[in-house]
Amino acid sequence: MPELLDLIVDKYNYWLYIVLMMIGLYAMIGKNNLIKKLVGMNIFQTAIILFYVSIGYKKGATIPIIQGDHGHGAADAVIKAADYINPLPHVLMLTAIVVSVATFGVAMALCVKIYQRYQTLEEDELRMRLSEK
Amino acid sequence: MSWPIDLVILTFVIFCAIAAISVRDLLGTAILFGAYSFMMCLLWAVMGAVDVAFTEASVGAGVSTVFFVAAVFRTSRRTKD
Repeated sequence: MPELLDLIVDKYNYWLYIVLMMIGLYAMIGKNNLIKKLVGMNIFQTAIILFYVSIGYKKGATIPIIQGDHGHGAADAVIKAADYINPLPHVLMLTAIVVSVATFGVAMALCVKIYQRYQTLEEDELRMRLSEK
Repeated sequence: MSWPIDLVILTFVIFCAIAAISVRDLLGTAILFGAYSFMMCLLWAVMGAVDVAFTEASVGAGVSTVFFVAAVFRTSRRTKD
């Protein structure tokens, strides 16, 4: 039982990542305003990025830049992988951030066009307008 | 990553997320969402992902907030929920 408790307390990043993800999912499904739904989508994406960055983290390690001489001396230096945080999840998430901003921009542009046509951003009012025609 | 700083920032992140989706003014949502992004950026700097942190600070908190505020001014600040 104490081992299980230790596991739960030790991995608090993952629990809070699940909480953030569920906040985003709720906003995407439960909110009526289209822009609120977009904010939920972005919260969901950042929660996934948090999960990946948490995977790469190591206790007692430093940022993934080789210490000391960056010139020719660095080739002979002994490098222990345990001393550096894993940079692979970071580079994967770098592209995810750029993609999320691109989707956010396109979605905002679509929201502006919807507002110009229907004068509302509420989902129920939009449904009413669409069923009138 | 020292756990007190990490836990404080994570709490702020969750507060900002809940506030951003529950406030009834879309401009308020924009500002709270910017605060959320900055807190996320701080969290990644603490966790050692510095490249992700400065990309998030410039792209996530900067450009996203500008898009958001521009979209809110072109539409309406009113929201029902």
